[in-house]
Amino acid sequence: MEKEEEEKKVALPINCPSCSARIPAEALQRNLKVCPKCQHHFSLNARERIDLMVDNGSFQEFDADLSSFNLLDFPGYQEKLEKAQELSGSREAIITGLATVDGHKLVLGVMESSFMMASMGSVVGEKVCRAVEQAMELSCPLLICSCSGGARMQEGMVALMQMAKTSAVLGKFNQAGLLYISLLTHPTTGGVSASFASLADIILAEPGALIGFAGPRVIKQTIGQQLPPRFQRSEFLLEHGMIDLLVERSQLKETLSSLLGLHQEG
Amino acid sequence: MVKRQFDYEQKVREIRDKLEELNNLSSNMEFDLSQEIESLEEKIENNRERRYKNLSPWEKVLLSRHPERPNSNDYIRYFCEEWIELHGDRHFGDDSSVIGGIGRFNGQAVTILGYRKGKDTRENLQYNFGMPHPEGYRKIQRLLLQAEKFQRPVITLIDTPGAYPGIGAEERGQAWAISQVLMTLSALEVPVIAVVSGEGGSGGALALAVADRLLMLSNAVFSVASPEACASILWKDLERVEDMARAMKITAHDLQRLGIVDEIIEEPLGGAHLNFPEMAEKLKKALQKHLGELTSQDSGELSEERYQKLRKIGEFRG
Ligand SMILES: [Zn+2]
Repeated sequence: MEKEEEEKKVALPINCPSCSARIPAEALQRNLKVCPKCQHHFSLNARERIDLMVDNGSFQEFDADLSSFNLLDFPGYQEKLEKAQELSGSREAIITGLATVDGHKLVLGVMESSFMMASMGSVVGEKVCRAVEQAMELSCPLLICSCSGGARMQEGMVALMQMAKTSAVLGKFNQAGLLYISLLTHPTTGGVSASFASLADIILAEPGALIGFAGPRVIKQTIGQQLPPRFQRSEFLLEHGMIDLLVERSQLKETLSSLLGLHQEG
Repeated sequence: MVKRQFDYEQKVREIRDKLEELNNLSSNMEFDLSQEIESLEEKIENNRERRYKNLSPWEKVLLSRHPERPNSNDYIRYFCEEWIELHGDRHFGDDSSVIGGIGRFNGQAVTILGYRKGKDTRENLQYNFGMPHPEGYRKIQRLLLQAEKFQRPVITLIDTPGAYPGIGAEERGQAWAISQVLMTLSALEVPVIAVVSGEGGSGGALALAVADRLLMLSNAVFSVASPEACASILWKDLERVEDMARAMKITAHDLQRLGIVDEIIEEPLGGAHLNFPEMAEKLKKALQKHLGELTSQDSGELSEERYQKLRKIGEFRG
């Protein structure tokens, strides 16, 4: 009975939040969760994004059992963590591992937005650092796909310091002469955008993604004015010189493969 | 009602004025109140000491934001026998919410960088309430690399509500600018000592807190986001900001316990602003001590130790 209901739910057509088109669920899935009418990119969860990018069956996960605990005894945090794990099916807000893209080996990190808005606490910081260190050890490129609301408030300053920690490790990576590609997806703001997500050699973004340091609501409150249309969207960032390239989801694997190939020696 | 101002000191002053009045009045009468007044004064002083030993985290937030709190200008003036302020980011402009330059500290040339709040409306407008735009972070970046080139140690002063949330700031790459400073500081091959002197507000403040030693004044606070923002986002209730300030562990003592702060510099009773020379002298002594220790270290070793210190931060299971 439950299963049937679930199937029915999946089969319901989905309204595009951008152009209001009613899209049959299978058609949306087939189109990589991009609206066929207006190209609105729906969110992908981390597993879906990994499947989209890497060669079939090549993904080997790192540190899958690393998990957070309520280190500050912050009211309600433990419950929030448990709920997030249930909701996302993930232990934490990032999945990291080793994979190949068109045969090019790389270390990969993909954030999971359904896990507490992919906020960065100790575990996200640690998993990013370990992934970077793995890439250095294996002398292979690094790709991190970000989407995050910023540092995780429930871990206080320990969360904020993860910005410094990930930046420090990426400094070493940079010194090692290895390639780091950052893909910004909807939404990437706060402590993640101001640390590892921005410290790449090449910064890509999905169309229409909200990217910035401060959230639009805070900015609006502070300046007491309406924000310009498409403010902080990836097209706006491209225009202002803050990212290298907009990549549509259907072109993602090809673009990555090409970039990886161009950085391969001999 | 949530307290928005720390007015305890003002109340003490009012009571003392009343006592003074009483003293004057009674001196014209047959009876002598001087003993009673003396004992009352003692009581007030004891209460004051107790009060300041038991400040709540929220009261520290208010003290750290006190309009008379010494700012980066004050400390730099006190610390440096010579001081040349340097301006501009070489890209767009000069951000006066960040002060940077070269000074002579205890005979040694150092680069000092600080967030700068004003003390009155005019100054606050000039310094944008201590909230930098990307130009501020790019000025920091430029002066850090300059310090490294000339082998000058770096001292930073942290007192900001955070990076400025505005349209221009986003257009010109606030996030990118902050990330660059974090990476640069983490590997800088000269000693870096950071001081949280007032308000340490979120990522915008963190950009100057990546250091070999992180010192913190005893009433200063350092938080992932303001308690107001956290209370309204997580609890949808601004009235609970006092509970939030406690839950977030933002005081110097909390952060020392968490291994983030290395040394706490005790403020004079009532806060840094009540006795600035005492405060500045104490901080200067502490900076001299750390600078001496760090300057004698090999530069490669120094940045590696800083790296290891950062790399260890975080707690998890599994
Ligand atoms: Zn659409």
